[in-house]
Amino acid sequence: MGLIGKIKDALKKTKEGVSTKMRLLFAKNKLGDEFYDELEEILISSDVSVRTAEEVVEQVREEAIGNKVKDERFVTDLLKDILEDTLNEAPVPAFRYPCVIMFVGVNGVGKTTTIGKVAHYFVSQNKSVTVAAADTFRAAASDQLSVWAERAKVRIVKHEEGSDPSAVIFDAVSSAKARGTDVVLVDTAGRLHVKENLMNELKKMDRVVGREFPEAQFLKFLVLDATTGQNAVSQARVFDEAVDLDGIVLTKLDGTAKGGFVFSLCGELGIPVVFAGVGEKTEDLEPFDAEQFVEGFF
Amino acid sequence: MALFSSLSERLNHIFSKLTKRGKLTELEIRTAMREVRIALLEADVNIKVAKQFIADVSEKAVGQQVLESLNPAQQVIKIVNDELIALMGSGNAKLEVSPKPPTVVLMCGLQGAGKTTLCGKLAILLKKQGKRPLLVACDVYRPAAIEQLKVVGGKADVEVFEKGVQAPPKTAKQAVDYAKKMGYDTVVIDTAGRLHIDDALMKELEEIKKEVEVTEVLLTVDAMTGQDAVNVAETFNERVGVTGVILTKLDGDTRGGACLSIKAVTGKPIKFIGVGEKLTDLEPFYPDRMASRILGMGDVLSLIEKAQEAVTEQQAKEMERKMRDASFTLDDYLTQFEALKKMGGAGALMSMLPGAGKLKLKEGDLDERKIERTKAIILSMTRKERENPQIINASRKRRIAAGSGTSVQEINQLLKQFDQTKQLMKQMKGGKGKMRLPF
Repeated sequence: MGLIGKIKDALKKTKEGVSTKMRLLFAKNKLGDEFYDELEEILISSDVSVRTAEEVVEQVREEAIGNKVKDERFVTDLLKDILEDTLNEAPVPAFRYPCVIMFVGVNGVGKTTTIGKVAHYFVSQNKSVTVAAADTFRAAASDQLSVWAERAKVRIVKHEEGSDPSAVIFDAVSSAKARGTDVVLVDTAGRLHVKENLMNELKKMDRVVGREFPEAQFLKFLVLDATTGQNAVSQARVFDEAVDLDGIVLTKLDGTAKGGFVFSLCGELGIPVVFAGVGEKTEDLEPFDAEQFVEGFF
Repeated sequence: MALFSSLSERLNHIFSKLTKRGKLTELEIRTAMREVRIALLEADVNIKVAKQFIADVSEKAVGQQVLESLNPAQQVIKIVNDELIALMGSGNAKLEVSPKPPTVVLMCGLQGAGKTTLCGKLAILLKKQGKRPLLVACDVYRPAAIEQLKVVGGKADVEVFEKGVQAPPKTAKQAVDYAKKMGYDTVVIDTAGRLHIDDALMKELEEIKKEVEVTEVLLTVDAMTGQDAVNVAETFNERVGVTGVILTKLDGDTRGGACLSIKAVTGKPIKFIGVGEKLTDLEPFYPDRMASRILGMGDVLSLIEKAQEAVTEQQAKEMERKMRDASFTLDDYLTQFEALKKMGGAGALMSMLPGAGKLKLKEGDLDERKIERTKAIILSMTRKERENPQIINASRKRRIAAGSGTSVQEINQLLKQFDQTKQLMKQMKGGKGKMRLPF
């Protein structure tokens, strides 16, 4: 066993939350190098990217030294402030109607489920909604979206499996225009960002909306799974290059993963988090709240 | 595209620095290990796992072994490599077969890990091994999940057993009885994605296990999972006794460090990896190869194995003979291209070659469409033209171009490539004569 045995022992001690770790950290360390190294590790273990963790900790260290403080509460608050500021760096776009929102992301992050919840959200704001089943690739994806559309009581536009997703969007947008629908939510097939042909397909879908419905506000949201690690930044970067993202929906926040990578997305890429998914029911979606997220982080 | 390419680049970079410095000092090893640590963390290796790994490797590297060695950098690579292998387990784990059929495989994991698609992939793999698999739809929560499994089953040409939204343990029991009656030897149960902290749903899995005799409990994990992978794996293992792990979506650019962590925390083997959206995109997991991939040493072994599967022994012999007497025709050229396609395209092939990580091969460079076009061109030729390309004159080229929907330039290009390949073969023949085609 050797190494594996040792690691198993080590992991038994990781069950505590960040705040417990912080308390333990303050109890045993003075504000020295070791303290800041561990602070960095705490952030990394919540999936904050290594680079962002280094930067944030450096900032905390500088301010702490500048203000000559050695106080636990001060450093915690400082860290919270910095993280919250990072999240607020990218402002959340305000919705203007009519509005088309296309949801993109890698496979299995929860795009279809998110659309069901977002549809419900807009309905509760008294908006008329149409969902477009433009995931024509995954088996039974449109059946899945139909169930969500039924739950949210909204109209769905769908074609046969294997048909051109851009054609679905065309139909959805044309009919929404004719009916004066407020919001069109476009579901797309999950695609790994490294697949160039699939990303090109997405660009085409992007162009269809711009061309057919120029008067509408057109937003593109990347759906990210909170359990994802450092790869989230790579996903966001490539999807942003392809279709110019306007926001992020962070899903599966009801698990134990913290989604710490969002600090890098807001800070480095300037993409705001718009919604957070916290469960499997239609109403399990909340507009993202930076302060609450940071609080939940500790 | 290449698995772990970024991590291997990173380590390559670190070790090229080490090589330049000649003999290693303790301080230099520590410097290098700081970099290794960052590389591992950026690859999503759990921080505790990474720290322990660093500690162990340093202990071995900073000793006399390295200092006395003639090539210290090589030795460090070997130690890092050995430790990576030790962490990921050794040897290739196969699916267990129950002595009392049917073998029951229970799939579990978080939402969106790729369980349903994987069921189809496993079914194809089992059929290839001569088994008779039955898929069972026990995801009664996600809308249209049963429908999805039925479509996947249809594509794999495997029967799907479903009882609508009936309680999963009951469905599982009935499915196993049905399998016994119908002579299915392997039952693969698809379950709903669930959070490891969802007590009610975790209980449901425990009940399925009580209801039927499960041979394998396979935890499906998204290769892009971050630090939380250890918690997920540990909880699933505690609750339902995981027997193996399948890592999905490794065709992305994730460095897949989660697999190191999962192995470390569960001690259970990683049995397969999912490498694409096609139902045939499932590969066995080889820790040793994965480790050498991490270190950028390439994966020649894996390449050979894939080639063997794509080209039958007989075809290979025939090809060798043709090489020897230089009677290689455009038909043979086509066979080669098709073999290439079976191996997952040129991109997948390139990623397995040593040093190819550095080439930064983009998917578009040698994409499948090009292979398709080449195929179309050759298929638009007459038998005579394929055997004797010299007779293809301008008018023939125009006809072939029209027939294949390509252009004369593309045909010229193909003929030139073919000539070069033939030339290359003559050179190989002029050599030892023992050289085998790479595929």
